[in-house]
Amino acid sequence: MGPIDKEAVQSAIERFVGQEVYLHLETTNGAYAAHRAESAMAVCAYIRNGKIQFERGTIQGDGPYRVGLKMDGGWTYAEGLTDWEIDSEGRLLLAGNDSEGRLAVALELSLTPFPM
Amino acid sequence: MERHVLVVYPHPDDESFGKAGTLALYTAAGTPVTLICGTLGQMGRNMGKPFFANRETLPVLREQELRDACDVLGIRDLRLLRLRDKTLEFEDPEVLADHVEKVIREVNPSLVMTFYPKHGVHPDHNALAEATVRAVARLPKDERPIVYGSPVTQNAREVLGPPDVVNDVSSVLDTKMGAIRAHKSQSQAMLEGVQKRMESDPEFKEQYSKFMTQEAFWIVPID
Repeated sequence: MGPIDKEAVQSAIERFVGQEVYLHLETTNGAYAAHRAESAMAVCAYIRNGKIQFERGTIQGDGPYRVGLKMDGGWTYAEGLTDWEIDSEGRLLLAGNDSEGRLAVALELSLTPFPM
Repeated sequence: MERHVLVVYPHPDDESFGKAGTLALYTAAGTPVTLICGTLGQMGRNMGKPFFANRETLPVLREQELRDACDVLGIRDLRLLRLRDKTLEFEDPEVLADHVEKVIREVNPSLVMTFYPKHGVHPDHNALAEATVRAVARLPKDERPIVYGSPVTQNAREVLGPPDVVNDVSSVLDTKMGAIRAHKSQSQAMLEGVQKRMESDPEFKEQYSKFMTQEAFWIVPID
């Protein structure tokens, strides 16, 4: 993964438009956030292999970036994205990593299911 | 001397932080150690510093890190359940216990190590600790191994009292640190922070050194 190239990510998102895609979407402040008093509570949500289809997908911001995917009757949204990669399996991986190298948010799209 | 030690933790690295010295002492004494690792730590937040992993490469890297740590510690029997990180509490607890019971019956341990139930902080720690206790409780009373629990909660000593066992692991400290370093994606940022703080804070250095050379365990009551 490397720092987001906004135009390249925009083109990558567009490759998934109109197709049935598998989504991994996640945000977390870590299972020990409350234990280490970094935060009042540990917060995490994720969906792995949600199946979605979107008609318009856009990356916005000057870094960290936001991505919004406009679905038929809904939205997929992520904020705080810093890094990206198209991996060897053609999946688009977007992540927000903090200065300690920790992942805070991830949005990933694939035409095949993500491994469990 | 223990006959066989069975170690049951949900994430790669759980066996190393706070326990690697004790495991190194067992293997050095010739006691076979079997490690059940419940997940591949797929949802870990640490990706290395600077980060070298991503959400999709992390499980592959962490499996290798765990195998490397086992090599360092002399653990030759590693069982991966390959369940999904953060989901153990949602699995059927009887099925989780079945996984542990099967290995208990196979290796016949005199000692089982896991997290202390309800004191694990991470829900996976609590779920697998409870499953382990459930598995041990299925055995006839006179055949049950002792269960060492590791609490993570800040108030463990207040609630549970003093530890039942405190191992001085200073003789195997290098091995312990080697195991922790093997979990590079998870330990790199932490070790860097500790190193920096030790350079400027002698009091912290002393406390931390003591913390690293002593490993405490609480015997978990069964049923």
